[in-house]
Amino acid sequence: MIYINLLIGFLKVGLFSFGGAYAAIPMIRDIVLEYGWMDEDALMNMVAISESTPGPIMVNLATYVGCSRAGILGGILTTIAVVVPAFTIIILAIIFMEKAPKNKYVSAVFHGMAPSIIGIILATGLYMLLKISIRPLMNDTADIRPVLMTALLLTVFYGSRKLLKKKMSPILLILLSAVMGVIVYGV
Amino acid sequence: MLVTLFFTFAKIGLFTFGGGYAMISLIENICVEQKKWITHNEMMKVTVIAESTPGPIAINCATFVGYRQRGAAGAIAATLGVVTPSFIIIYLITVFLERFLEIQGIMNGFKGIRIAVGIMILDASINMIKKMHKTTLAYVILCCSFLAMMLNSIFSWGISSIAIMLTAAAISLVVSAVSGIPSGKKGEEK
Repeated sequence: MIYINLLIGFLKVGLFSFGGAYAAIPMIRDIVLEYGWMDEDALMNMVAISESTPGPIMVNLATYVGCSRAGILGGILTTIAVVVPAFTIIILAIIFMEKAPKNKYVSAVFHGMAPSIIGIILATGLYMLLKISIRPLMNDTADIRPVLMTALLLTVFYGSRKLLKKKMSPILLILLSAVMGVIVYGV
Repeated sequence: MLVTLFFTFAKIGLFTFGGGYAMISLIENICVEQKKWITHNEMMKVTVIAESTPGPIAINCATFVGYRQRGAAGAIAATLGVVTPSFIIIYLITVFLERFLEIQGIMNGFKGIRIAVGIMILDASINMIKKMHKTTLAYVILCCSFLAMMLNSIFSWGISSIAIMLTAAAISLVVSAVSGIPSGKKGEEK
């Protein structure tokens, strides 16, 4: 039953995504790959769209998976599921303000989970980049375009930060990469 | 008031690009400075709570402000407000995107965009490492989780990322119980 899978999947995402949308991406990836709802390419298209449309990215991702798999009802279910844990936790936090984090064992759990999720996000990002840029090299055609584009975008992204002392906005990065894709693959 | 809460947060949801952190500054601007619904200190406090609790950060903030104004009903109005614009926009995109992606030029564009997405995810984790509690245990957990997830992806083992996180939490709990000091302070004493 797709609705139940969507609901349970995104309740888990809402409950374990400490640190915002980027923490949710590896979990959503687990879910969509496990059920065969999307492949890696479709997943990355979705992340790009969720990044460049307004609103909370995690909500965008949840709505997207729900709507694209099971229409508007699916979208409503996944959106509610991803929001309910955060909603409940904040209301509990207001009521019991600051009691819980002082408990030694609660803080030990947090201190264990925080670096773990950072490692998971790092691995997800790196794996995606390697898969896009290195794998085409090993095909018969030995396509070097992706690895060159990756190197160029990384240089522009981090180079502009060093030079301008300002972080390049994600939307600008997405636009730039889109233009690059159109030119490199189109010509 | 409930209607005002809904539309204020719908506006915030509609005009923030780039997710939670962009939204926090807009919430601060509207709810603290303009409408004086909450104080700056409360806003700081909720941001800290939002960062250490799961779920979308924007939802945490909206729920907090709504609850402070009108209790549970206010919390629901504000949360619905922040979610509604996203929902409508994404719904429309999913309806039209499939056909849109069949155009060759658009597909090429998305091939480029995938690289940008990888870079953004990588950059998010680098920023998180900079802000992390820097203890020996934290670095060990970070490296092990990274390796586990990387091998998991390469060999398609099917271990869920939640399982890795729960293992890390258990290890941290055991270390804290055995050493008798909170794991967060461990490295600072060495």
